[in-house]
Amino acid sequence: MSVELFVQYLFAGITYGAIYAIVAIGFNIIYNTTGIINFAQGEFVMLGGMISISLLPFMPLYAAIALAVLMTMLFGALLEICFIRWLESPGVLRMIIITIGLSILTREAALHLWGESIRSLPYFIGDEITTVAILGARISPQVLWVIAVCGLMVLFLSVFFQATSVGREMKACAANRRAAILCGINTRNMVTLSFMLSAGIGALAGCVMSPITSSGYDIGTGLAIKGFTVAILGGLGNSMAAVGAGLLLGILEAFSISVVPLAFKDAIAITILLLILFVRPHGLFGSSTAAGLKEF
Amino acid sequence: MKHRSVLFVIAVLVLSLAIIPAASAETIKIGAILAVTGPASFLGGPEARTLEMLVEQTNAAGGINGQKVELIIKDSGANPEKAISFAKQLIEEEKVVVVLGPSTSGETMKIKKIFEEAGTPLVSCAAAEVIVNPVAQYVFKTPQKDSYAAQKIFETMKTLGISKIAVLAGNTGFGKAGKEQLIKLAPEMGITVVEAEVYDAKSTDLSAVVAKIKANKDVQAVVNWSIVPAQAIVAKNMRQAGWDVPLFQSHGFGNIKYVEAAGAAAEGIIFPAGRLLVAEQLPTGHPQKALLMEYIAAYESKYKEAASTFGGHAYDAYIVAKAAIEKAGTDKAKIRDEIEKIKNLPGTGGIFSFTADDHNGLDIDSFEMITVKDGQFVPYKGM
Amino acid sequence: MKKLLPLAALIVFVIVIQKMTGWTDTRFYLTQLTMAAYYALLIVGLCVVMGYAGQISLGHAGFFAIGGYVSAALTTINLIAYQDRVVIRMLDGFGLLVAGQDIYGDAILVVAPWAACIAAVVCAGTTAWVLGIPVLKLKGHYLAMATLGFGIIIYRIVLASAVFGEADGISEVPPLPLLPGLTVSGDFGMREENYYIAWGMLIIGMILLRNLIDSRVGRALRSIHGSEEAAESTGVNTARFKLKVFVLSAVFAAVAGVFLTHYNGGIGPSEASVMKSVRYVAIVAVGGMAHLWGALIMGIVLNFLSLRGVFGSYDDAVFGFILIVIMLFAPNGILSLNWRGYFLGLFRRSGQTEETGRAIDGTP
Repeated sequence: MSVELFVQYLFAGITYGAIYAIVAIGFNIIYNTTGIINFAQGEFVMLGGMISISLLPFMPLYAAIALAVLMTMLFGALLEICFIRWLESPGVLRMIIITIGLSILTREAALHLWGESIRSLPYFIGDEITTVAILGARISPQVLWVIAVCGLMVLFLSVFFQATSVGREMKACAANRRAAILCGINTRNMVTLSFMLSAGIGALAGCVMSPITSSGYDIGTGLAIKGFTVAILGGLGNSMAAVGAGLLLGILEAFSISVVPLAFKDAIAITILLLILFVRPHGLFGSSTAAGLKEF
Repeated sequence: MKHRSVLFVIAVLVLSLAIIPAASAETIKIGAILAVTGPASFLGGPEARTLEMLVEQTNAAGGINGQKVELIIKDSGANPEKAISFAKQLIEEEKVVVVLGPSTSGETMKIKKIFEEAGTPLVSCAAAEVIVNPVAQYVFKTPQKDSYAAQKIFETMKTLGISKIAVLAGNTGFGKAGKEQLIKLAPEMGITVVEAEVYDAKSTDLSAVVAKIKANKDVQAVVNWSIVPAQAIVAKNMRQAGWDVPLFQSHGFGNIKYVEAAGAAAEGIIFPAGRLLVAEQLPTGHPQKALLMEYIAAYESKYKEAASTFGGHAYDAYIVAKAAIEKAGTDKAKIRDEIEKIKNLPGTGGIFSFTADDHNGLDIDSFEMITVKDGQFVPYKGM
Repeated sequence: MKKLLPLAALIVFVIVIQKMTGWTDTRFYLTQLTMAAYYALLIVGLCVVMGYAGQISLGHAGFFAIGGYVSAALTTINLIAYQDRVVIRMLDGFGLLVAGQDIYGDAILVVAPWAACIAAVVCAGTTAWVLGIPVLKLKGHYLAMATLGFGIIIYRIVLASAVFGEADGISEVPPLPLLPGLTVSGDFGMREENYYIAWGMLIIGMILLRNLIDSRVGRALRSIHGSEEAAESTGVNTARFKLKVFVLSAVFAAVAGVFLTHYNGGIGPSEASVMKSVRYVAIVAVGGMAHLWGALIMGIVLNFLSLRGVFGSYDDAVFGFILIVIMLFAPNGILSLNWRGYFLGLFRRSGQTEETGRAIDGTP
């Protein structure tokens, strides 16, 4: 394999991986504060892209993106307040089914609102054929945008959870909910906040990836499945592990096509994942003792 | 409690049995099975809208032979099992005289036998050649044959001196049928397929596979045979990789939205398609021109979106059925016979002339080679 | 005796419906009722896995697809080109192959439908067994992921393999003769017998499952759902029971897949999709996790309505809506609501004794 081809595959892999990682982090944020997996996570990504595209005719690009992210955060908060907040200690299965239902409803609403056609945001720099050369490989500047924005989000989140008081309160909820309540933290508000946060990062990812991948009403499900896979692979609740697992899966997928037909890509990727899961039932980077403390 | 639950079902089912649609003798019932939602909604959506518009027009003009047309659209979501259920429902329950659709080849193949058995004509909007080859008595289709599209592409390649190509196809029935035709016809035309890959209909980035085929220095041109939105991504990823070999597409590219999605990367794409896309540039007096302009104007003013060849397939299916019903009335066997007798009927996809052996009715001239210039479709005039 | 009452009611109901469609000349309803019965067969199997063994499976469409696709592929792949090979001759010698003509008059040699059917079910059962050993050790979201992953793998394989017809699926699958004069086929003329075949299978399935639930294994199952640790401590081998139930439900799914494929005359990749698996899980949940009858009723009603297209383009939306409403307001299923009081009021009967159904209700 030539250096050029290697770099080309690598960048393709990092692009997929960065997007998977962001969705997986969204899963983890909500999982940490509530112990539930929000299958509507992929729909946040879809909404970010679709709303910003609809807003674009009325305002500059960055304003449209900012507003779209805010609106999606609001939507995330509403979902939590209307459907989740008032449930008394719901079981895992019940929550899986409710969030799947929300995901289906959001998608169908998007279909009837925006129609079945695909759209995309314009490229932030240049257009569809602008490229930059790196080590002989050529990639779109938008790829760098995606990687940079995803990287910044990860950085922001780690600072947020470690250095701000709100972030630390959220972490406290994750560690021990009852203890957090006893310390005077309003855990319910923390849960709403976690939905807003994960909707926000999902929506932002949806905006930056839109020029490359296009946005359509039905992109959410696929992303949710990949994000869930990555979250599990990394070990549920561990956002940094999700970044590692996301990049690993993305790069694995990109390089896999040099040996197997593209059509079998997903089958291969998931088979490997299952094998990993059987050997390490709590994810690649998760520890079984930590997982044992969590309620499933 | 349990037997009362059973009572509950009885109640529900009795209720649904009670909702028997009132049959009215005055209308001509036409059924349609289309993938309005689901993975093939980009086909079924425009098809359903086109049919609704046409039936409205027909009824406003007094119907067919003085009888109003009643259109029953069933949304299969591209699920074959639903298509099967709906086919039986339309035939037996609604007693339709003809069924238009389905949108995809897989569904059409599964309901073919039902229509043969029930003696009801089916005019499919799906592309695969196997639908009408070998010929089944009651099954017709309106989209042009894949083999003609492949031939047209190969002919153009020859004029450009291209002999080694890569084939990319989407994993839908359309992509599958096209890939098979390309690989089958290539040797006859003196062309070698050196790379072939199938990508997922929901792909979001194909730069890795583009890099893979680009690494094969023999490739002189790429044929991307697909009908899904992801096909625009192939164009973008190729140009982003700085690869400028000619990119050929199939007639599945016949929607201006795909050009918009590919943006600057769409420039110079060459593909065969019906003349709907270049209606304005057709010489006046071309038999299809007036009809195409009228359809495009009506569709675009009604639905505020660009007309595509996909909606065109439904248009053709409808006018074929309508022409036959005008002659045969509501006798299903007679309608079938009349469809076979249709000669020189201009439609959006070409001029239809059916025979007992040809249930597609279009010849290779129904395709025009088209290219993209400044974000618009224009006829291809050589390089 | 009481246990037999609902089953007897179901049998009466099945016969009454068929007679009613005959009297009112609406036999066409039987088509969708037949199809819905096969889906319900899968759903009651899944109900036992979810409600009684407490395991979620987001990959049951995969088993349905293994059944349907294996049987369809074996009965449609023409072996005439290989008829001189030793293997094919051996198969022929055992009477496993049938020769015939396709609708275009070409000679074909395919695996006999009954042999293909058995092969398909064995195949699905074996897959479930091999998969179940490691998968059922997982818990919660990890179990959900593993079963979801299995479903996706099956979907990808059928979508990418030429033998399974890629995106088009497999068409022209021959009828499946069961007994002389009893054939699984979608022909208009065989509608009544196919209705009875489908519902017969469903009733047999229900009897099997009821016996399973009431057996010693069944009591163990209920204990798993309650507390695995407690069950283990009383000497119940929960892992073995979980696996047994998982394999059994996969067999149910595969049988449904085989029969429906032969009834429809074909199968497409949408039968293996994740959405289908999600649908099955949701129907079980809506019916009430540990309510075999609830799952059966919802399986029939929702599939019947969906297959008739009553929701039009809002099929998925209506479905998502029902899902959320039931899960929010009646997490133990639609039948856990106060239907009893409602019906009691309706029929004004008194002296009704409480049945056991309530005891096995559980919050997930």
